Amino acid sequence: MEPLSWLEILARAAQQLLPVWIALVVTFALSIRFKRKLGLYGKLFDSNVGMIGFAIVMFWLFTAFFADLIITHDPLAQVSRMRNVVPGTPLPRPDALYPYYLFGGDSLARDVFSRMVMGAREVLRIAPFAAMISFMIGISLGLPAGYFGGKLDTGLTFLANLVLAFPVILLFFLLVAPEIQDTLIPVVMAGVLFLVPILFATVLLNSRFFTQPAKRNLYVGIILVIGVWAYAGLVFDADPSGLWSMSPNLLNVFVAVVFVNAPTVFRIVRGITLDIKTRDYVAAAQTRGEGPWYIMLWEILPNARGPLIVDFCLRIGYTTILLGTLGFFGLGVSPESPDWGSTINAGRRLLTVYPHPALVPALSLMSLVLGLNLLADGLREESLKD
Amino acid sequence: MLLFLLRRIGVMFVTALCLTLVVFYLTNLPAKLETLAKTQAGSRMTDEEVARWIDRNGYGSPVLVRYGEWLGVLPGWVREADDGTVTGRCVALRDDPAAAGTRCGLLQGEWGFSTRFRDEVASVIGARLGATGLLMMWVLIVMVPMALLVGVLAGMREGSRTDRTLSTFAIATTATPEYVSGVLFIALLASSTVGLSPLLVSWGWIDGPVLFQGNARSALDTITLSNFTLPVLTIALYGMGYVARITRASMTEVMTQQYIRTARLKGVSFANIVLKHALRNALIAPFTVIMLQIPWLLNGVVISEVLFSYPGFGWTLYEAAVNNDIELLLASSVVAVIVVLVTQLMSDIGYVYLNPRIRIS
Repeated sequence: MEPLSWLEILARAAQQLLPVWIALVVTFALSIRFKRKLGLYGKLFDSNVGMIGFAIVMFWLFTAFFADLIITHDPLAQVSRMRNVVPGTPLPRPDALYPYYLFGGDSLARDVFSRMVMGAREVLRIAPFAAMISFMIGISLGLPAGYFGGKLDTGLTFLANLVLAFPVILLFFLLVAPEIQDTLIPVVMAGVLFLVPILFATVLLNSRFFTQPAKRNLYVGIILVIGVWAYAGLVFDADPSGLWSMSPNLLNVFVAVVFVNAPTVFRIVRGITLDIKTRDYVAAAQTRGEGPWYIMLWEILPNARGPLIVDFCLRIGYTTILLGTLGFFGLGVSPESPDWGSTINAGRRLLTVYPHPALVPALSLMSLVLGLNLLADGLREESLKD
Repeated sequence: MLLFLLRRIGVMFVTALCLTLVVFYLTNLPAKLETLAKTQAGSRMTDEEVARWIDRNGYGSPVLVRYGEWLGVLPGWVREADDGTVTGRCVALRDDPAAAGTRCGLLQGEWGFSTRFRDEVASVIGARLGATGLLMMWVLIVMVPMALLVGVLAGMREGSRTDRTLSTFAIATTATPEYVSGVLFIALLASSTVGLSPLLVSWGWIDGPVLFQGNARSALDTITLSNFTLPVLTIALYGMGYVARITRASMTEVMTQQYIRTARLKGVSFANIVLKHALRNALIAPFTVIMLQIPWLLNGVVISEVLFSYPGFGWTLYEAAVNNDIELLLASSVVAVIVVLVTQLMSDIGYVYLNPRIRIS
């Protein structure tokens, strides 16, 4: 068979990505149709930059979601005589397999296209959740630090600055290593870090509904059951149903990334809280006799949502970059993992001769982060318009 | 002002102490020491031999005690073998048996011995820091003017087409981490089979096989455009976008001020307004950000030095971390922490000088 031309490669790749295109069109059609009823999300569709960013992000999200339908080959399977082949090379004996390596083969004769698609799943499985946990920790510590001030503030700020003074890479080398995984350190850190979201949700609901005990007990009960269930599964790998579980590798990476991100979020939240706590509506709530946690979580936090949503998008992008850095140094991932950072690392040895195994994941990572940054920019612009 | 400085320096010391303690603890975990023993004395050691090696080389005492030894507040370990030869921390460092049992740590100016490079840590770090200093100098020379130019051009007419284009460019650079841009640069400019170089060669525009080299090791001897461009660009690009965006935000804010409007109504030309009235005030915020950006560049330095195999400080940090070279890693973290804290201090002081409205009380 003839190798494919560039146009044919693109056409076939687009054809493989068909589920993604359909999902994108449906999302955009529905969102633009109902954009006046969708609040800030709807307003995003008034800004070109925001729309482009959103489209890129959703592209990768859908790619990760439909990855099983999209891939042309098993991302770990090696096909003989396909080592380092250029994009569009036909398989020598296709049999039942897809007859081409669309984006070429890597140094172990695996399909670069399928690895890129599965890599999206690897990245998007961790980055948003790590960013979310970092945010919950940053919020739970930043609100009281800004609101109460005093010794608590001094202590927490010192701790945050301590972590921020660490060069990120040094921290990664120290925290993400096979030797560390054998110790209790990741489990203890995860135990502390994952406890904060549960406490956060509990306090959030309790401070709102403590005047209606029936409702409060129901909500807090649900949160606690789900929280403890997830906690046991994620931290101690002790979930009987197996729904929540993390390999020690993944837990280690997750903890390190959250640890690096949380202090920055803390500083942002603290700064915003210092600003908002002088507003009249906070004084009004204090005069009403509301408790401090109610004021923090239901008066200050909702009014800080604009900058926080924007930063959340940027933070997912930054987390993606951090995960790539980890992969680039071969930390905390299995050598076969298709995640973009380690694929770039594997491809860089033969970069000057066979650039495609490294270029494909590099461009993918760049486009995802660019999409998130553009999305954040669009959101910022639209939220400033009110 | 003096009190402020003293307090900041005090906090700096406490931070550095805490950080080195954390690094010390994490590099001295039993499992890490075992790895170190195996890389130093052969990978096929039995557990018993490993334990003996650890004990013989002074890694046996409690972590806090050894941290004290490293700091120089406790006397170094001493061990007398059966045949009467004395070994010890200070004996090895000073090459003098009489030094056994004295204090030899950071306070005495002894940085320790690197197990990876088999040399004094101080001389290893000193040489590498010089190499990285050169790299950073060029990075700043490229990055700062470019970032300020992009920011000022974008910010002087908010919402114009120039603004849109340059802002998108700035966002794109912040989305390109060093390991992505480095790979792109190498594939595009430093490969003899793909990218631009073969094209330029066939046109006869360049003499060598490639436009730029993808390996910067030769830059240690002589820095040339060909071997230093790519590492410098790789680091500068990622840091540039952020500074440019801050400059743009600061510039757009200044351009809406009353005094700019007054100048305009007086009939001052636009170029004069930007250069004489706006620029000085718009550059206060970027200055702070540039200073705070320097520690962030350290990440880029590590990635870029590893990618282009330029043996500077970042590459040393990487090698020390990979080989669990405890004392070299500690020295590297001390240097890194000092860089972070000094740049923070400088940005605070510079801010006060640039902005006379702010007084530190």
